[in-house]
Formats: sequence, structure tokens, C-alpha cells
Amino acid sequence: MIWQLDLILLLLVLITGIAALSVRDLLSSAIILGAYSFLMCLLWTEMGAVDVAFTEATVGAGVSTVFFVAAIYHTTRRTKD
Amino acid sequence: MIRRNDDLIIETLARLLIPFIQAFALYVLFLGHYSPGGGFQGGVLVAASLILLIIAFDLEKTTKRFSEKFNVICNGGGVFIYAGIGLLCILLGGNLLDYSVLSKILPVGPEEARALGILGVEIGVEITVAACLVSIFIDLAANGEN
Repeated sequence: MIWQLDLILLLLVLITGIAALSVRDLLSSAIILGAYSFLMCLLWTEMGAVDVAFTEATVGAGVSTVFFVAAIYHTTRRTKD
Repeated sequence: MIRRNDDLIIETLARLLIPFIQAFALYVLFLGHYSPGGGFQGGVLVAASLILLIIAFDLEKTTKRFSEKFNVICNGGGVFIYAGIGLLCILLGGNLLDYSVLSKILPVGPEEARALGILGVEIGVEITVAACLVSIFIDLAANGEN
């Protein structure tokens, strides 16, 4: 546990989480959510939970981003609200 | 949605990467006893390699090799392996998923039978997770055409 690395990773997780919610373009939002998942994976690894980090890297950053991109093809890219 | 677009770099890279991803998935599965990993993560890696095949090539070319009928068989077959091993332990006189009684039908001792039983369960989990994720992606990508 290195607290400087923890602080940087937590700040980046906060920034990417808020950005994924507030950006207007849905495709950008999906890609930022992938970056959020990867940063969460780094945070789990840093805390010593390697098994959870492995699952987060494969499911969160790998497969679910592809699912979101494939789902956005069926709808409009811009949000209306 | 996904059509063949004959990009040489993407197709060559996918053709080189997919065997290594699948070999790494088997490594993750079989080393799940001693290190992080296991059936779920290995299954997601197999599904990722097949999704890469669909994206880099074509949906029809992939479903020719990995047809939807085979996909449904894999979907149920993994659950059947899991439940079958669990019920086999009951039939041999133990509790549900109590692998040590498998030594009555396997030519090994109770400790090795325990390791082999949990390996069989992990193989079932891997098959089901891979088939399930690939079928979700085929349904998203096919656009209701097939």
C-alpha cells in the first residue's frame, strides 16, 4: 500500500467516473467507462485483490465495453436530454 | 452490422493473437488452483477471442465455425457438467459437490480426486461463460438478421 499511488488512482477514478456520466456523446461515454474499469483494476491490484482485478480487467475493460459499443450501434449516438 | 472489410493489418493481427489468447485462457483455467484465475476468467478470455474473430472477420465466417446450435449445446453442456459432478457425488454417498468420494470411481486417492473434481467443475463454468458471452454478442451484432 503506497498512499501516493492510491491517491492518484482514486483521483483518476473520480475524474473518469464523473466524465463518463456528464459527457454528451454515448460512444465517448462507453470508452471512458472502459478507462474507469481499467483504473479500478489497477486499484484492486494495488490493494492486493489480484483475483478481483483479473475479473475486472477481462469483464469490465474487455467484454462489456464491446457490448456497449455494439448496443450503441442500434440507437442514436447523442443523448436527447 | 459487422461486414467484412478486408483490412490486411487487422486480419493478420487477429489471426496471430487468437491462438495465444485461447492458450492463455487454458493456462488461466488449469493454474486456477494455485494462482489468481479460474473458470470464469478463462471463459471470458475464450469469449473475448471469439468476439475478436467476429469483429476482425465476419459474422457468417465465425458462425460457420462456431454455429449457434453448437453455442446452445455449449451453453447447456457446461451447466450439465457442473450439476452432473455435483449429483454424482450424492449418488456415490457424499454431500453435494463433495469431491473426495469421487475416488471410488477414479483410480486416485481422495486428495487427488478432490483436485480433479474441482477442475471438472471449473471446465463446466468455463464452457458456459464463454458460450453465454458469445451468444449475447451475436444477438447484439446480428441486427436481427439471422
